Amino acid sequence: MLYFTKLNVVITYCFIILISFFTFSNFLSNENNIVNKKINLGLDLQGGSYLLLEMDIDPIVLQKLQNKLIPLKKNLINNKIKFKNIKISEKKINLEIESSSIDKFIELYENKENGINTYLDQYKSFEFDYTIDEQKVSIFYSKFGIIRLKNSSIDHALEIVRRRIDELGTNEPNILKRGNDRILVELPGLDDPTRIKTLLGKTANLTFRFVSQQEEESFGSEKLFFEEDSEEALVSKRIILSGDNLIDAQPRMDNETNETVVSFTLDRLGAKRFGKATTDGVGRRLAIVLDNKVISAPVIREPIVGGGGQISGGFTFQSATDLALLLRSGALPAPLNIIEERTVGPDLGQDSINAGLISLIIGFSLVILFMILKYRFFGLIANVALIVNLFLLIGILTIFEATLTLPGIAGIILTVGMAVDANVLIYERIKEELKIEKNKIIAFDDGYKNSKSAILDANITTLISTIILFFLGSGPVKGFSVTLGVGILTTLFTVYFLARQLTSFYIYKNKDNNIKI
Amino acid sequence: MIFKINSTFDFYKYSRLFNIISILLVTLSFFLLLFKGLNYGVDFKGGTLIELRVMDENINISNIRRSFLRMNLGDVNVKKFGNETDYLIKFETTETENVNFIQEIQNKLTKDIGNSYNFRRVENVGPKVSGELLKSGIIAILLSLSAMLIYIWLRFEWQFSLGAIIALIHDVLITLGFFSILNLEINLSIVAAVLTIVGYSMNDTVVIYDRVRENLKKYSSKKIDELTNISIHETLSRTIITSVTTLLALLSIFIFGGEILKGFSFAMILGVIFGTYSSIYIANPILRFLKVSPKTIIKEEK
Repeated sequence: MLYFTKLNVVITYCFIILISFFTFSNFLSNENNIVNKKINLGLDLQGGSYLLLEMDIDPIVLQKLQNKLIPLKKNLINNKIKFKNIKISEKKINLEIESSSIDKFIELYENKENGINTYLDQYKSFEFDYTIDEQKVSIFYSKFGIIRLKNSSIDHALEIVRRRIDELGTNEPNILKRGNDRILVELPGLDDPTRIKTLLGKTANLTFRFVSQQEEESFGSEKLFFEEDSEEALVSKRIILSGDNLIDAQPRMDNETNETVVSFTLDRLGAKRFGKATTDGVGRRLAIVLDNKVISAPVIREPIVGGGGQISGGFTFQSATDLALLLRSGALPAPLNIIEERTVGPDLGQDSINAGLISLIIGFSLVILFMILKYRFFGLIANVALIVNLFLLIGILTIFEATLTLPGIAGIILTVGMAVDANVLIYERIKEELKIEKNKIIAFDDGYKNSKSAILDANITTLISTIILFFLGSGPVKGFSVTLGVGILTTLFTVYFLARQLTSFYIYKNKDNNIKI
Repeated sequence: MIFKINSTFDFYKYSRLFNIISILLVTLSFFLLLFKGLNYGVDFKGGTLIELRVMDENINISNIRRSFLRMNLGDVNVKKFGNETDYLIKFETTETENVNFIQEIQNKLTKDIGNSYNFRRVENVGPKVSGELLKSGIIAILLSLSAMLIYIWLRFEWQFSLGAIIALIHDVLITLGFFSILNLEINLSIVAAVLTIVGYSMNDTVVIYDRVRENLKKYSSKKIDELTNISIHETLSRTIITSVTTLLALLSIFIFGGEILKGFSFAMILGVIFGTYSSIYIANPILRFLKVSPKTIIKEEK
């Protein structure tokens, strides 16, 4: 029936007023705002940088395998398994096991308590898998072993990335984990991400190592390039000190040489080790190595026992500041590669907002005009519903603090175009019913009743595609699905509550007059 | 009334002609997609896109093109973008190793054309990400098609479901066909547009189907040919009005919404036109072809 309880009417208006409250909170300044919620503008509207980083897990795998080598050898010897030619290649530990020991090896590795290959209960898998080809055995990370490794490394990397970006004092950065090997960084308002990219692109693995005097050294040595030129240095593999022992680093001007340097402070353990090494090695050259490149290799003139020191290496003030920042925030567990970058300048963002608003206003006006021309008074009702619809849509987006993107604005405009559909369906149906039914109230009631299934089906199908878009779309496109989806819901509300109440009210008042629709 | 619709018009009078046109368009689109393919943007192909605005009138497109060609970035595409002063530059090289990639391009460009320009937008998509985006785009479209298929099957009958899905595929193929022949760029927002077209076209088809179902119950003696014709007529004014209001909104985006939304709104405009057409000339003839009768519905009502 075309009748509403007072409660129904009151609830409808209360709901509209409540939501509109949030709509207006977008236009208020923060001080005199009670709800203090606003729609976020997407990076495409306010300008800013979006970076997607992917962790390269291979160096960690290699390092972990390296660390595994000695315990593995011990474990095999303890279990009296005879082996030879153990070495690492292609992310595998390869070895040869005598045929008599093969069965013993299998038996050991199938046992969950083997003391070397951890059984991961949550994945029902061992950390390492192995293949046996006659005598040749290869041991490598299992699928789940890699997943576990990635999970723990990405959390660590996320923390370091956060520290580095916080140090730069960027405005409200958004740093999120994506899957188990990716980090998404959103930096609103930043139009040149070069510096951040440089900082995030460095692993910042700092080591202090002696420059080898002769080719032979018990720990082995490697040839490393200097940062600035193609000069090489033979550097011992023995690490005296690493970045982990640093508790602070700051750029500083060296008064004697007038050069920019990075001064650092060591923790107690680091200070002790550094003191001992510099005491023993007076006269030797100490290489300061960052990410496998030598920054500088000064000669130790006297023991450094104060627990601090400085790194020189022809820095500019900027590069010294960056190095200090990297050292303070710590090394990444693995290198991060930038696999996607999107940067929008602030003026393009403003242009997009303007274009979006203009097309919204024009589209909205055209639709309103059309509805009045077509349906006169009932067009007016549909238009009131449409305006309230827009308020509700913005209000609900505000409540959820949704992010508005340029495609999101397109979604709002599209909602405006499609929102009148429900009212059109109803009015066209009422027209038909009026042809066969003399009683106007019944005709209107039937009009609403008989158009319901078409309206529901039509809106649910659109809703289905927006939901799919929400889950599979990315970035700005997701914003489109949010506005279009919420728009469908607010449309149904305004049509079935507000517009219907207004229509019935008008019909009851004019039930004996000639109503033209 | 604005629209005086001739209510005696027989929609099936020209049915054969329209069927032929549709089959031709779909076949053409199919072969275009197969042999010419789509012009994928950086979102799906990977690569770098730079939107550049110049402040110096003396800088023209050939200056910019020459400068970029000198940088050895592979295939470089430079074109005007909306405004007289705006250019869009695309190339397939991406920064995977070199974080100073964009900086270096900027330095080289400044050396060639001076510094009275700025980068308004930089998009850089690695091959791995673009592959994933393409995959998820295709999955999204296929998933929404199947979701519609199932929904209509549940709400109506399989004949209706089949008719609606063929109409949808028709709309999507022809829209993509237009993008192929006009060599327009396919990016993430086009996928959004295609999904919205799927929703919209479905919406249109469902309204007519709903009426067909109702009329099947009402006039159990009438033939499906006549029934669909009546149903199309009864819903026609709604079909036209909704298409008009939606097109008004879309035209407003197309004309005033800026360059970035041009492709999106163009795809949607095509989709609305073909979606409206297909619900009348594809979705309903299929019901006739499948010989839907009151019996089809009665089974459902049991």
